[in-house]
Amino acid sequence: MMWFRILLLLLVAVSALGVVLTRSVTSQILALSFYGLLLAVMFLVFQAPDVALSQITVGAVALPLMVMLAQAKMKNRGTKRRNERNHS
Amino acid sequence: MNSFLQIYPYLIAGWIFLCGLYGIATSRHLVHMVISLAVLQTSTYVLLLNIGYRIHGAAPVFVGISPGTITVDPVVQALMLTDVVVEATVVALLLAMAVTAHDRAGTLSPDDLRMMRG
Amino acid sequence: MNSRWRTRIFFAAAIGFAWIYFLGVKNLPPWGDYRGIYGQMISAVSVHERHATDAVNAIDYDYRGFDTLGEEFILFASVLGAMLLLRRPERPETTTPPEKGLSDAVKVSAAVAFSVLVIFGIYISTHGQLTPGGGFQGGVILASASMLIYIAENFSVFKRITSHPAVEVLEALGAGFYAVIGLVPLVLAEPFLTNWLPLGTTGNVFSSGTIAAISASVGIEVTAGFLLLGYTYLEDIIAKTGEEQNE
Repeated sequence: MMWFRILLLLLVAVSALGVVLTRSVTSQILALSFYGLLLAVMFLVFQAPDVALSQITVGAVALPLMVMLAQAKMKNRGTKRRNERNHS
Repeated sequence: MNSFLQIYPYLIAGWIFLCGLYGIATSRHLVHMVISLAVLQTSTYVLLLNIGYRIHGAAPVFVGISPGTITVDPVVQALMLTDVVVEATVVALLLAMAVTAHDRAGTLSPDDLRMMRG
Repeated sequence: MNSRWRTRIFFAAAIGFAWIYFLGVKNLPPWGDYRGIYGQMISAVSVHERHATDAVNAIDYDYRGFDTLGEEFILFASVLGAMLLLRRPERPETTTPPEKGLSDAVKVSAAVAFSVLVIFGIYISTHGQLTPGGGFQGGVILASASMLIYIAENFSVFKRITSHPAVEVLEALGAGFYAVIGLVPLVLAEPFLTNWLPLGTTGNVFSSGTIAAISASVGIEVTAGFLLLGYTYLEDIIAKTGEEQNE
Protein backbone atom coordinates (compact mmCIF):
# COMPACT_ATOMS: atom_id res chain seq x y z
CA MET A 1 0.00 0.00 0.00
CA MET A 2 3.00 2.22 0.20
CA TRP A 3 2.98 3.10 -3.48
CA PHE A 4 -0.67 4.22 -3.14
CA ARG A 5 0.23 6.65 -0.37
CA ILE A 6 3.18 7.98 -2.34
CA LEU A 7 0.96 8.53 -5.38
CA LEU A 8 -1.69 10.28 -3.28
CA LEU A 9 0.86 12.70 -1.87
CA LEU A 10 2.08 13.49 -5.39
CA LEU A 11 -1.51 14.13 -6.51
CA VAL A 12 -2.01 16.52 -3.58
CA ALA A 13 1.12 18.44 -4.55
CA VAL A 14 0.02 18.77 -8.19
CA SER A 15 -3.48 19.82 -7.12
CA ALA A 16 -2.10 22.55 -4.86
CA LEU A 17 -0.16 23.98 -7.80
CA GLY A 18 -3.33 23.82 -9.87
CA VAL A 19 -5.33 25.80 -7.32
CA VAL A 20 -2.75 28.56 -7.18
CA LEU A 21 -2.24 28.86 -10.94
CA THR A 22 -5.96 29.32 -11.67
CA ARG A 23 -6.45 33.03 -12.17
CA SER A 24 -10.20 33.35 -12.54
CA VAL A 25 -11.74 33.37 -9.09
CA THR A 26 -14.88 31.44 -9.99
CA SER A 27 -12.85 28.52 -11.35
CA GLN A 28 -10.51 28.74 -8.41
CA ILE A 29 -13.37 28.14 -5.98
CA LEU A 30 -14.14 24.82 -7.65
CA ALA A 31 -10.45 23.90 -7.70
CA LEU A 32 -10.26 24.66 -3.97
CA SER A 33 -13.26 22.43 -3.31
CA PHE A 34 -11.66 19.57 -5.24
CA TYR A 35 -8.37 20.09 -3.39
CA GLY A 36 -10.19 19.97 -0.05
CA LEU A 37 -11.89 16.72 -0.98
CA LEU A 38 -8.57 15.22 -2.09
CA LEU A 39 -7.01 16.21 1.22
CA ALA A 40 -9.89 14.54 3.06
CA VAL A 41 -9.29 11.30 1.11
CA MET A 42 -5.61 11.54 2.03
CA PHE A 43 -6.46 11.98 5.71
CA LEU A 44 -8.69 8.89 5.56
CA VAL A 45 -6.01 6.73 3.92
CA PHE A 46 -3.50 7.86 6.56
CA GLN A 47 -5.79 6.67 9.38
CA ALA A 48 -7.16 10.03 10.58
CA PRO A 49 -10.98 9.80 10.33
CA ASP A 50 -11.84 12.65 12.70
CA VAL A 51 -9.70 15.14 10.79
CA ALA A 52 -11.09 13.83 7.48
CA LEU A 53 -14.65 14.63 8.63
CA SER A 54 -13.56 18.10 9.70
CA GLN A 55 -11.79 18.72 6.41
CA ILE A 56 -14.81 17.61 4.35
CA THR A 57 -17.20 19.90 6.17
CA VAL A 58 -14.86 22.88 6.34
CA GLY A 59 -12.51 22.68 3.38
CA ALA A 60 -14.86 21.29 0.76
CA VAL A 61 -18.17 22.87 1.82
CA ALA A 62 -17.86 25.83 4.17
CA LEU A 63 -14.76 27.48 2.72
CA PRO A 64 -15.84 27.57 -0.96
CA LEU A 65 -19.32 28.58 0.21
CA MET A 66 -17.92 31.59 2.07
CA VAL A 67 -15.84 32.67 -0.92
CA MET A 68 -18.86 32.37 -3.23
CA LEU A 69 -21.00 34.41 -0.85
CA ALA A 70 -18.31 37.10 -0.70
CA GLN A 71 -18.15 37.19 -4.52
CA ALA A 72 -21.92 37.54 -4.75
CA LYS A 73 -21.97 40.33 -2.18
CA MET A 74 -19.23 42.27 -4.00
CA LYS A 75 -20.97 41.93 -7.35
CA ASN A 76 -24.24 43.02 -5.78
CA ARG A 77 -22.72 46.12 -4.22
CA GLY A 78 -20.87 46.94 -7.44
CA THR A 79 -24.04 46.95 -9.56
CA LYS A 80 -25.89 48.98 -6.92
CA ARG A 81 -23.19 51.65 -6.95
CA ARG A 82 -23.19 51.71 -10.76
CA ASN A 83 -26.98 52.06 -10.79
CA GLU A 84 -26.82 54.97 -8.37
CA ARG A 85 -24.18 56.68 -10.45
CA ASN A 86 -26.20 56.22 -13.65
CA HIS A 87 -29.47 57.40 -12.15
CA SER A 88 -28.10 60.51 -10.38
CA MET B 1 16.41 6.15 -2.83
CA ASN B 2 15.54 4.79 0.58
CA SER B 3 16.63 7.94 2.36
CA PHE B 4 14.63 10.00 -0.12
CA LEU B 5 11.52 7.94 0.72
CA GLN B 6 12.13 8.62 4.41
CA ILE B 7 11.74 12.40 4.03
CA TYR B 8 9.45 12.45 0.97
CA PRO B 9 6.23 13.65 2.72
CA TYR B 10 8.02 16.50 4.48
CA LEU B 11 9.31 17.70 1.10
CA ILE B 12 5.75 17.58 -0.27
CA ALA B 13 4.65 19.78 2.65
CA GLY B 14 7.41 22.25 1.82
CA TRP B 15 6.36 22.26 -1.85
CA ILE B 16 2.74 23.06 -0.96
CA PHE B 17 3.98 25.90 1.29
CA LEU B 18 5.99 27.38 -1.58
CA CYS B 19 3.00 27.06 -3.95
CA GLY B 20 0.79 29.03 -1.59
CA LEU B 21 3.50 31.64 -1.08
CA TYR B 22 3.92 32.03 -4.84
CA GLY B 23 0.18 32.59 -5.15
CA ILE B 24 0.25 35.31 -2.50
CA ALA B 25 3.34 37.07 -3.86
CA THR B 26 2.21 37.26 -7.47
CA SER B 27 -1.50 37.80 -6.99
CA ARG B 28 -3.52 40.48 -8.77
CA HIS B 29 -6.84 39.91 -7.06
CA LEU B 30 -7.57 40.02 -3.34
CA VAL B 31 -9.81 36.94 -3.30
CA HIS B 32 -7.17 34.93 -5.20
CA MET B 33 -4.73 35.96 -2.46
CA VAL B 34 -7.06 34.72 0.27
CA ILE B 35 -7.47 31.33 -1.42
CA SER B 36 -3.70 31.01 -1.80
CA LEU B 37 -3.40 31.69 1.93
CA ALA B 38 -5.79 28.79 2.53
CA VAL B 39 -3.57 26.52 0.40
CA LEU B 40 -0.54 27.68 2.41
CA GLN B 41 -2.28 26.68 5.63
CA THR B 42 -2.94 23.17 4.31
CA SER B 43 0.79 22.53 4.08
CA THR B 44 0.89 22.31 7.89
CA TYR B 45 -1.80 19.61 7.82
CA VAL B 46 0.31 17.46 5.51
CA LEU B 47 3.40 17.97 7.69
CA LEU B 48 1.64 17.17 10.97
CA LEU B 49 -0.15 14.15 9.53
CA ASN B 50 3.04 12.59 8.27
CA ILE B 51 5.01 13.27 11.43
CA GLY B 52 2.54 11.27 13.52
CA TYR B 53 2.13 8.39 11.08
CA ARG B 54 3.14 4.85 12.08
CA ILE B 55 3.36 2.06 9.52
CA HIS B 56 0.65 -0.59 10.14
CA GLY B 57 -0.86 1.69 12.76
CA ALA B 58 -4.62 1.72 13.25
CA ALA B 59 -6.89 4.75 13.52
CA PRO B 60 -7.09 6.06 17.13
CA VAL B 61 -10.75 5.03 17.55
CA PHE B 62 -11.10 2.05 19.87
CA VAL B 63 -14.42 0.63 18.68
CA GLY B 64 -13.83 -3.06 18.09
CA ILE B 65 -10.10 -3.04 18.77
CA SER B 66 -8.57 -3.44 22.19
CA PRO B 67 -6.91 -0.43 23.80
CA GLY B 68 -3.44 -1.91 23.52
CA THR B 69 -3.01 -1.97 19.74
CA ILE B 70 -0.51 0.25 18.00
CA THR B 71 -2.25 3.35 16.61
CA VAL B 72 -1.10 6.43 14.81
CA ASP B 73 -0.46 9.35 17.10
CA PRO B 74 -3.71 11.01 18.29
CA VAL B 75 -2.12 14.14 19.78
CA VAL B 76 -0.96 15.36 16.37
CA GLN B 77 -4.45 14.80 14.98
CA ALA B 78 -5.93 16.93 17.74
CA LEU B 79 -3.54 19.71 16.66
CA MET B 80 -4.73 19.30 13.07
CA LEU B 81 -8.38 19.69 14.14
CA THR B 82 -7.62 23.04 15.76
CA ASP B 83 -5.73 24.01 12.61
CA VAL B 84 -8.73 23.32 10.37
CA VAL B 85 -11.00 25.47 12.55
CA VAL B 86 -8.52 28.33 12.56
CA GLU B 87 -8.24 28.21 8.75
CA ALA B 88 -12.01 28.62 8.38
CA THR B 89 -12.14 31.57 10.76
CA VAL B 90 -9.15 33.37 9.22
CA VAL B 91 -10.60 33.06 5.72
CA ALA B 92 -13.99 34.35 6.92
CA LEU B 93 -12.48 37.47 8.48
CA LEU B 94 -10.15 38.15 5.53
CA LEU B 95 -13.06 37.91 3.10
CA ALA B 96 -15.00 40.43 5.17
CA MET B 97 -12.04 42.78 4.92
CA ALA B 98 -11.80 42.24 1.16
CA VAL B 99 -15.50 43.10 0.73
CA THR B 100 -14.99 46.27 2.78
CA ALA B 101 -11.95 47.25 0.69
CA HIS B 102 -13.97 46.75 -2.48
CA ASP B 103 -16.68 48.96 -1.01
CA ARG B 104 -14.37 51.85 -0.14
CA ALA B 105 -11.96 51.79 -3.08
CA GLY B 106 -14.00 50.15 -5.83
CA THR B 107 -11.12 47.90 -6.89
CA LEU B 108 -9.76 44.53 -5.80
CA SER B 109 -6.21 44.68 -7.14
CA PRO B 110 -3.52 44.87 -4.43
CA ASP B 111 -1.40 47.25 -6.52
CA ASP B 112 -4.15 49.86 -6.72
CA LEU B 113 -5.01 49.52 -3.04
CA ARG B 114 -1.48 50.32 -1.98
CA MET B 115 -1.70 54.09 -1.70
CA MET B 116 -3.69 55.24 1.31
CA ARG B 117 -5.55 58.39 0.57
CA GLY B 118 -5.24 60.89 3.37
CA MET C 1 8.06 47.70 -7.50
CA ASN C 2 6.46 46.09 -10.50
CA SER C 3 5.39 42.50 -10.65
CA ARG C 4 8.33 41.10 -12.63
CA TRP C 5 10.83 42.15 -9.98
CA ARG C 6 8.51 40.78 -7.33
CA THR C 7 8.50 37.36 -9.02
CA ARG C 8 12.30 37.30 -9.30
CA ILE C 9 12.79 38.24 -5.64
CA PHE C 10 10.23 35.61 -4.69
CA PHE C 11 12.14 32.89 -6.55
CA ALA C 12 15.40 33.86 -4.90
CA ALA C 13 13.75 33.73 -1.48
CA ALA C 14 12.06 30.42 -2.33
CA ILE C 15 15.38 28.79 -3.20
CA GLY C 16 16.88 29.99 0.08
CA PHE C 17 13.88 28.76 2.05
CA ALA C 18 13.90 25.39 0.27
CA TRP C 19 17.58 24.88 1.07
CA ILE C 20 17.17 25.68 4.78
CA TYR C 21 13.99 23.58 4.99
CA PHE C 22 15.76 20.61 3.42
CA LEU C 23 18.59 20.90 5.93
CA GLY C 24 16.08 20.90 8.75
CA VAL C 25 13.99 18.00 7.45
CA LYS C 26 16.94 15.76 6.59
CA ASN C 27 17.43 14.52 10.13
CA LEU C 28 13.85 13.98 11.23
CA PRO C 29 12.82 10.43 12.21
CA PRO C 30 12.00 8.46 9.05
CA TRP C 31 8.46 8.42 7.71
CA GLY C 32 6.34 5.89 9.59
CA ASP C 33 8.57 5.60 12.62
CA TYR C 34 7.19 8.13 15.08
CA ARG C 35 8.87 7.78 18.44
CA GLY C 36 6.84 10.10 20.68
CA ILE C 37 5.47 8.48 23.84
CA TYR C 38 2.79 11.04 24.82
CA GLY C 39 0.45 9.77 22.13
CA GLN C 40 1.18 6.13 22.93
CA MET C 41 0.35 6.69 26.58
CA ILE C 42 -2.92 8.45 25.79
CA SER C 43 -3.90 5.66 23.38
CA ALA C 44 -3.30 3.11 26.10
CA VAL C 45 -5.16 4.81 28.96
CA SER C 46 -7.91 6.94 27.43
CA VAL C 47 -10.54 4.18 27.22
CA HIS C 48 -9.93 3.16 30.82
CA GLU C 49 -9.57 6.63 32.33
CA ARG C 50 -12.25 8.62 30.51
CA HIS C 51 -14.55 5.87 29.13
CA ALA C 52 -14.29 7.50 25.71
CA THR C 53 -13.47 5.33 22.71
CA ASP C 54 -12.46 8.20 20.42
CA ALA C 55 -8.98 9.19 21.57
CA VAL C 56 -8.78 12.32 19.40
CA ASN C 57 -11.98 13.77 20.89
CA ALA C 58 -10.85 12.85 24.41
CA ILE C 59 -7.64 14.79 23.79
CA ASP C 60 -9.49 17.73 22.24
CA TYR C 61 -12.07 18.24 24.97
CA ASP C 62 -10.40 16.76 28.03
CA TYR C 63 -6.63 16.29 28.05
CA ARG C 64 -6.00 19.45 25.99
CA GLY C 65 -9.36 21.11 26.60
CA PHE C 66 -7.72 24.46 27.29
CA ASP C 67 -6.49 24.76 23.71
CA THR C 68 -9.98 24.03 22.38
CA LEU C 69 -11.38 26.76 24.62
CA GLY C 70 -9.06 29.23 22.92
CA GLU C 71 -10.02 27.90 19.48
CA GLU C 72 -13.74 28.37 20.17
CA PHE C 73 -13.16 31.95 21.22
CA ILE C 74 -11.15 32.54 18.04
CA LEU C 75 -14.24 31.44 16.10
CA PHE C 76 -16.45 33.72 18.19
CA ALA C 77 -14.18 36.73 17.69
CA SER C 78 -13.90 36.15 13.95
CA VAL C 79 -17.68 35.97 13.47
CA LEU C 80 -17.98 39.15 15.54
CA GLY C 81 -15.38 40.90 13.39
CA ALA C 82 -17.01 39.85 10.12
CA MET C 83 -20.41 41.02 11.33
CA LEU C 84 -19.04 44.38 12.46
CA LEU C 85 -17.34 44.96 9.12
CA LEU C 86 -20.25 44.00 6.92
CA ARG C 87 -23.43 45.05 8.68
CA ARG C 88 -24.62 48.31 7.19
CA PRO C 89 -25.64 50.93 9.76
CA GLU C 90 -28.76 52.33 8.08
CA ARG C 91 -31.14 49.91 6.40
CA PRO C 92 -34.67 50.77 5.33
CA GLU C 93 -37.33 48.30 6.41
CA THR C 94 -37.99 45.97 3.49
CA THR C 95 -41.04 43.83 3.16
CA THR C 96 -40.49 40.08 3.13
CA PRO C 97 -40.10 39.11 -0.52
CA PRO C 98 -42.56 36.66 -2.06
CA GLU C 99 -41.17 33.24 -2.98
CA LYS C 100 -39.89 32.89 -6.51
CA GLY C 101 -41.17 30.39 -8.98
CA LEU C 102 -38.95 27.34 -8.73
CA SER C 103 -40.52 23.99 -9.58
CA ASP C 104 -42.13 21.93 -6.85
CA ALA C 105 -39.64 19.08 -7.30
CA VAL C 106 -36.80 21.30 -6.11
CA LYS C 107 -38.72 22.41 -3.05
CA VAL C 108 -39.74 18.89 -2.03
CA SER C 109 -36.26 17.45 -2.47
CA ALA C 110 -34.78 20.39 -0.58
CA ALA C 111 -37.17 19.73 2.31
CA VAL C 112 -36.27 16.03 2.40
CA ALA C 113 -32.55 16.73 2.20
CA PHE C 114 -32.86 19.38 4.91
CA SER C 115 -34.44 16.96 7.37
CA VAL C 116 -31.82 14.29 6.63
CA LEU C 117 -29.02 16.80 7.15
CA VAL C 118 -30.43 18.04 10.46
CA ILE C 119 -30.75 14.51 11.86
CA PHE C 120 -27.24 13.65 10.65
CA GLY C 121 -25.82 16.80 12.18
CA ILE C 122 -27.38 16.12 15.56
CA TYR C 123 -26.14 12.49 15.40
CA ILE C 124 -22.55 13.52 14.68
CA SER C 125 -22.69 16.19 17.39
CA THR C 126 -23.83 13.88 20.14
CA HIS C 127 -21.72 10.82 19.28
CA GLY C 128 -18.41 12.63 19.37
CA GLN C 129 -16.92 10.65 22.20
CA LEU C 130 -17.68 7.26 20.62
CA THR C 131 -16.93 7.59 16.90
CA PRO C 132 -15.21 10.28 14.82
CA GLY C 133 -17.19 13.46 14.93
CA GLY C 134 -17.90 15.83 17.75
CA GLY C 135 -19.30 19.27 18.31
CA PHE C 136 -17.49 21.23 15.64
CA GLN C 137 -18.19 18.89 12.71
CA GLY C 138 -21.87 18.50 13.66
CA GLY C 139 -22.24 22.26 13.99
CA VAL C 140 -20.93 22.94 10.49
CA ILE C 141 -23.24 20.26 9.04
CA LEU C 142 -26.25 21.86 10.75
CA ALA C 143 -25.31 25.31 9.50
CA SER C 144 -24.89 24.11 5.93
CA ALA C 145 -28.40 22.63 6.09
CA SER C 146 -29.76 26.19 6.17
CA MET C 147 -28.06 26.86 2.85
CA LEU C 148 -30.37 24.29 1.28
CA ILE C 149 -33.28 26.52 2.21
CA TYR C 150 -31.60 29.44 0.48
CA ILE C 151 -30.93 27.37 -2.65
CA ALA C 152 -34.60 26.37 -2.81
CA GLU C 153 -35.27 30.16 -2.87
CA ASN C 154 -37.42 30.15 0.24
CA PHE C 155 -36.06 33.52 1.30
CA SER C 156 -38.58 34.32 4.02
CA VAL C 157 -37.85 31.12 5.94
CA PHE C 158 -34.10 31.59 5.48
CA LYS C 159 -34.31 35.15 6.77
CA ARG C 160 -36.38 34.07 9.76
CA ILE C 161 -33.96 31.26 10.68
CA THR C 162 -30.71 33.19 10.39
CA SER C 163 -31.56 36.72 11.47
CA HIS C 164 -33.57 35.88 14.57
CA PRO C 165 -31.98 37.56 17.65
CA ALA C 166 -31.99 34.17 19.40
CA VAL C 167 -29.17 33.02 17.10
CA GLU C 168 -26.78 35.65 18.50
CA VAL C 169 -27.81 34.75 22.06
CA LEU C 170 -27.25 31.03 21.35
CA GLU C 171 -23.79 31.68 19.99
CA ALA C 172 -22.76 33.61 23.10
CA LEU C 173 -24.34 30.97 25.35
CA GLY C 174 -22.47 28.17 23.61
CA ALA C 175 -19.12 29.89 23.99
CA GLY C 176 -19.78 30.96 27.58
CA PHE C 177 -21.12 27.58 28.69
CA TYR C 178 -17.80 25.96 27.79
CA ALA C 179 -16.03 28.37 30.16
CA VAL C 180 -18.65 27.77 32.87
CA ILE C 181 -18.17 23.98 32.65
CA GLY C 182 -14.48 24.61 33.13
CA LEU C 183 -15.00 26.95 36.09
CA VAL C 184 -17.18 24.58 38.14
CA PRO C 185 -14.23 22.34 39.25
CA LEU C 186 -12.61 25.43 40.76
CA VAL C 187 -15.51 25.52 43.24
CA LEU C 188 -14.87 21.83 44.03
CA ALA C 189 -11.19 22.62 44.80
CA GLU C 190 -9.82 20.96 41.62
CA PRO C 191 -7.96 22.35 38.59
CA PHE C 192 -9.73 24.19 35.76
CA LEU C 193 -11.48 21.93 33.21
CA THR C 194 -11.30 18.75 35.28
CA ASN C 195 -13.77 16.08 34.19
CA TRP C 196 -16.30 16.33 37.02
CA LEU C 197 -19.46 14.72 35.63
CA PRO C 198 -20.07 10.97 36.18
CA LEU C 199 -18.19 8.93 33.61
CA GLY C 200 -20.81 6.30 32.76
CA THR C 201 -20.20 3.08 30.83
CA THR C 202 -18.01 2.99 27.73
CA GLY C 203 -20.06 2.87 24.56
CA ASN C 204 -23.11 4.76 25.79
CA VAL C 205 -23.98 8.14 24.41
CA PHE C 206 -24.12 9.69 27.89
CA SER C 207 -20.62 8.64 28.90
CA SER C 208 -17.25 10.26 29.52
CA GLY C 209 -18.44 13.11 31.69
CA THR C 210 -17.84 16.65 30.55
CA ILE C 211 -16.66 15.61 27.06
CA ALA C 212 -20.28 15.18 25.91
CA ALA C 213 -21.41 18.43 27.52
CA ILE C 214 -18.54 20.46 26.07
CA SER C 215 -19.09 18.87 22.66
CA ALA C 216 -22.77 19.86 22.70
CA SER C 217 -22.07 23.47 23.69
CA VAL C 218 -19.36 23.78 21.03
CA GLY C 219 -21.83 22.42 18.47
CA ILE C 220 -24.42 25.05 19.41
CA GLU C 221 -21.87 27.83 19.16
CA VAL C 222 -20.50 26.73 15.79
CA THR C 223 -23.99 26.32 14.28
CA ALA C 224 -25.08 29.76 15.42
CA GLY C 225 -21.79 31.34 14.28
CA PHE C 226 -21.98 29.98 10.76
CA LEU C 227 -25.69 30.89 10.48
CA LEU C 228 -24.81 34.47 11.39
CA LEU C 229 -21.99 34.50 8.84
CA GLY C 230 -24.35 33.26 6.14
CA TYR C 231 -26.91 35.95 6.91
CA THR C 232 -24.25 38.69 7.01
CA TYR C 233 -23.14 37.83 3.49
CA LEU C 234 -26.60 37.37 2.06
CA GLU C 235 -28.75 40.08 3.61
CA ASP C 236 -28.14 42.54 0.76
CA ILE C 237 -29.06 39.99 -1.88
CA ILE C 238 -32.24 38.91 -0.14
CA ALA C 239 -33.39 42.51 0.30
CA LYS C 240 -32.52 43.33 -3.32
CA THR C 241 -34.50 40.37 -4.60
CA GLY C 242 -37.43 41.69 -2.60
CA GLU C 243 -37.16 45.15 -4.20
CA GLU C 244 -36.99 43.67 -7.70
CA GLN C 245 -40.05 41.60 -7.01
CA ASN C 246 -42.04 44.59 -5.78
CA GLU C 247 -41.26 46.82 -8.77
